[in-house]
Amino acid sequence: MSVLIFAELDEGKIKKSSQEAIFYGAKVAQMTGTSATAIIIGQADDTELASAGRFGAAKVLHSSDPKLNEANGMAYATVVAAAAQQEGSNIIVLAKSSLADAMTARLAGKLRAGLAANVIELPDLSNGFRVKSSIYTGKAFAYNDLKADIKILAIKKNTITPEETDATAPVEAFTPALNDSDFVISVKNTEKSSGDILLPEADLVVSAGRGLKGPENWGIVEDLAQALHAATACSKPVSDLDWRPHSEHVGQTGLKISPNLYIACGISGAIQHLAGVNSSKVIVVINRDPEAPFFKSADYGIVGDVFDVLPRLTKAVKAL
Amino acid sequence: MRMKILVCVTSVPDTTTKITFTDNNTKLNKAGVTFITGPYDDYALARAVELKEKTGATITVLNVGESDTEPVIRKCLAIGADDAIRVNAEPTDAYFVAEQIAAIAKENNYDLILMGRESIDYNGGQVHGIVGEMLGMPSISPVMLLDIDGDTAKITREIEGGKESLEAKLPLVLGCQEPIAEWKIPNMRGIMTARTKPLKVVEPTGTDKLTTVGSYELPAPRGAVKMIKADEAEMLIQLLHTEAKVI
Ligand SMILES: Cc1cc2nc3c(=O)[nH]c(=O)nc-3n(C[C@H](O)[C@H](O)[C@H](O)COP(=O)(O)OP(=O)(O)OC[C@H]3O[C@@H](n4cnc5c(N)ncnc54)[C@H](O)[C@@H]3O)c2cc1C
Ligand SMILES: Nc1ncnc2c1ncn2[C@@H]1O[C@H](COP(=O)(O)O)[C@@H](O)[C@H]1O
Repeated sequence: MSVLIFAELDEGKIKKSSQEAIFYGAKVAQMTGTSATAIIIGQADDTELASAGRFGAAKVLHSSDPKLNEANGMAYATVVAAAAQQEGSNIIVLAKSSLADAMTARLAGKLRAGLAANVIELPDLSNGFRVKSSIYTGKAFAYNDLKADIKILAIKKNTITPEETDATAPVEAFTPALNDSDFVISVKNTEKSSGDILLPEADLVVSAGRGLKGPENWGIVEDLAQALHAATACSKPVSDLDWRPHSEHVGQTGLKISPNLYIACGISGAIQHLAGVNSSKVIVVINRDPEAPFFKSADYGIVGDVFDVLPRLTKAVKAL
Repeated sequence: MRMKILVCVTSVPDTTTKITFTDNNTKLNKAGVTFITGPYDDYALARAVELKEKTGATITVLNVGESDTEPVIRKCLAIGADDAIRVNAEPTDAYFVAEQIAAIAKENNYDLILMGRESIDYNGGQVHGIVGEMLGMPSISPVMLLDIDGDTAKITREIEGGKESLEAKLPLVLGCQEPIAEWKIPNMRGIMTARTKPLKVVEPTGTDKLTTVGSYELPAPRGAVKMIKADEAEMLIQLLHTEAKVI
């Protein structure tokens, strides 16, 4: 028996959100008197694989079949299901991501598993298996009772802060049979900005709205983001107008993020926008309108003109 | 052969709703709440209607829900679906909902099963993948562009930090999001004809739920906002560093 954690790679490195998932899974293993096994799919060097141990994995299974080099939710789910069977795992933990979303669903279907998405706390085992999750796009929480034998938990970013040790985990090759039917989707082209901080993974986010007036003004947003090592985000109208790529749009109909810091520049704070960002730890709002609704949901606010305030903030960050 | 499209829709509180609960935090307080078609489901339906206009497909809408979801179903018929099925059950568990959808799909051999990328109540983004697995069909989400060429679907999907173009043979299960199509508003003629379009109500298959909700909770309100004068903007950076300790 063990708790199985799927740890996702980005360019050969375990994603930060997956480090959180490993730590979370190790805690659940402790609570249930078992151990934590991480399954890692794709190419990564041994040091990186073994680093899962620092976050509490007792063992790493590694599937490096070249057919799996491209992230493929269906094939990855097949691999994880096989790993769960080999390890006798009845709890599977993943960090929420677009790949993990595809995998959890296929896994739940394969294993007839009880599934909780957007989990934000460790489970409560005092009476069955209860987990708290975020619902209604962050407007409320649900306490879910998972009754199936196999349970899948997709955890939200910032659910847990990992404590690192210097342990390394032994790595075993894992080569389950793959299904041809998982490879029927052909990828024709991938456009991905590399090197940038991925928005769903970012601890710090600088976001801007229609108050910026036009795409040519985004320099001041990017400068602040760069100084902070933050990712950039935007409101829906901004991506609708093609000022920024769709993958930056946060809110009810965009990405839901929960960074440590969310700085909203020239965004009014419509309820649909808040829905995507209200679980951020600290929210800063910069808006020239003192009546902007966003101030009601902020921790810090500046009533001012973004064109004046942002460059000054950038300078102040550089001086830190 | 006309393509057969199934569009799965949810009936959810309007996006401006302030969520509250009743019955000791065990039930959503529906008083005063307007229910709408899930915004992502609306994208799926809108693209289905465009495909119908282009290729003469037929569209069935499916909802797993209790009788109070019928206004939303009728609206989908008014927008352009041909007929509708409601599975008469409370849709509390993604696996249970997927079982119902898969059971209907097995009887009817749809070429395309379109859903929203996620429902906005539970935001699981799971039902399409589970249905795909149950039917042995590929599932793809979130789909931003969809074109059908014979038996091949040409798809653009969003990935973290970018997008990907894909091709796959029908049948497929897809979770849709913008900008796949513009939301459609029913016109008068649509509303009139929707009244007489068939809406079949069926009872659920299998009743055990793998997951139930014990209770709900509202987030604690944020503390008061600390305002900083614009001409002292630099103070913010100090506070984020020393007080909030996030930078
Ligand atoms: C079903 C549905 C789903 C939606 N989903 C989303 C979603 O996912 N995400 C989302 O963001 N929106 C969403 N919306 C839209 C949402 O309702 C708002 O229209 C949108 O968030 C407004 O974007 P904004 O704040 O950038 O623009 P505006 O509302 O136009 O606000 C601009 C703000 O900038 C300020 N400003 C202007 N100039 C300056 C300056 N020089 N300096 C400082 N401040 C300035 C103004 O005071 C104003 O507050 C959705 C709407 C619907 C109906
Ligand atoms: N009760 C339901 N009835 C019909 N379709 C549903 C239902 N619940 C979810 N779906 C479909 O599945 C998609 C994803 O939902 P979810 O997995 O709940 O986020 C939705 O956008 C709908 O298209």
